Amino acid sequence: MSQFILHKENTRGHANHGWLDAHHSFSFANYYNPERMHFGVLRVLNDDSIDGGMGFGSHPHDNMEIITIPLAGAIAHKDSMGNSAVIKNGEIQVMSAGTGVSHSEFNANADEQLNLLQIWLFPNKKNVTPRYDQQTLDVAARHNNFQQILSPNTDDAGVWIHQDAWFSLGEFDEGFETEYKIKKAGNGVYAFVINGEVTINGQVLGKRDGLGIWDTDSISFKANTAGAEVLLMDVPMELN
Amino acid sequence: MQTTILYIGRDTEITTVMNRLLNARPEWKGICVCSDNEAISLCKEQHIDLVLLGNGIDAECEKVLRAKLTGIKPGLKIIQHYGGGSGLLYGEIMSAIN
Repeated sequence: MSQFILHKENTRGHANHGWLDAHHSFSFANYYNPERMHFGVLRVLNDDSIDGGMGFGSHPHDNMEIITIPLAGAIAHKDSMGNSAVIKNGEIQVMSAGTGVSHSEFNANADEQLNLLQIWLFPNKKNVTPRYDQQTLDVAARHNNFQQILSPNTDDAGVWIHQDAWFSLGEFDEGFETEYKIKKAGNGVYAFVINGEVTINGQVLGKRDGLGIWDTDSISFKANTAGAEVLLMDVPMELN
Repeated sequence: MQTTILYIGRDTEITTVMNRLLNARPEWKGICVCSDNEAISLCKEQHIDLVLLGNGIDAECEKVLRAKLTGIKPGLKIIQHYGGGSGLLYGEIMSAIN
């Protein structure tokens, strides 16, 4: 029997720092909710809006798989590995922090708001050599389809990480129905609605709602509104 | 009452940041070191409430550290600090001490 947990948009942690308006699906920074520590290895799901030209100065990370998905605008990234890049909507960035890396992240545009999802997963191996990658996604391929954008495999679609996780993005026409099969036994799926309204396993979800489902091998999906956008995060439920 | 937190990591830059973060809160007293021997000595000399294991500590070192630290202070809480910065720190510490 499948189990689920529903995180409505308005129950997320919220911190407005002026230049940064952040919503946290799980405990992060000063937002602490013991009921919202993680979903399996998914530890952080931050929905950040950053003012033009503003951002996070150089700061360190270690032992975390960090995925950034810009939803609007572009982010300028620089890190201690020598990478310097701008990542925009339609692209995905991944960083394995491993033994330690420093990076800065700024809104690349002075006159445009940046909205991004930053997602942290516990790695399946500690102290790996830090690495960075980014990829441009074929946005058209996600129309009425869950397009894989991340996997554990170096030769598979999307970027890869040090974890048995698969991410998929889809944008759907109203009334479109499909089923998503979980990639690995023991994994669960955390669905995050980027836009629109959808029904997943009978639960109606609105914009920025999250639904975690586990103890199942598939989920049912229906788009209730035109242009509904959903991110599925298929992740191990057991912490390493 | 302050919670005394010993952070052990290998990366000096991250350890410096952790020292700043831990000591920024009046309810915490942070002691941050890169050396396992220094950590063990500190554990012998003073009260420690919680140990955070940071970056770069391999599995064998972690096993030895856990054994030695809990040998000195039975029941000492030792947790992994993930992420290397402030993002998860508060939640990790709150979960550990509560």
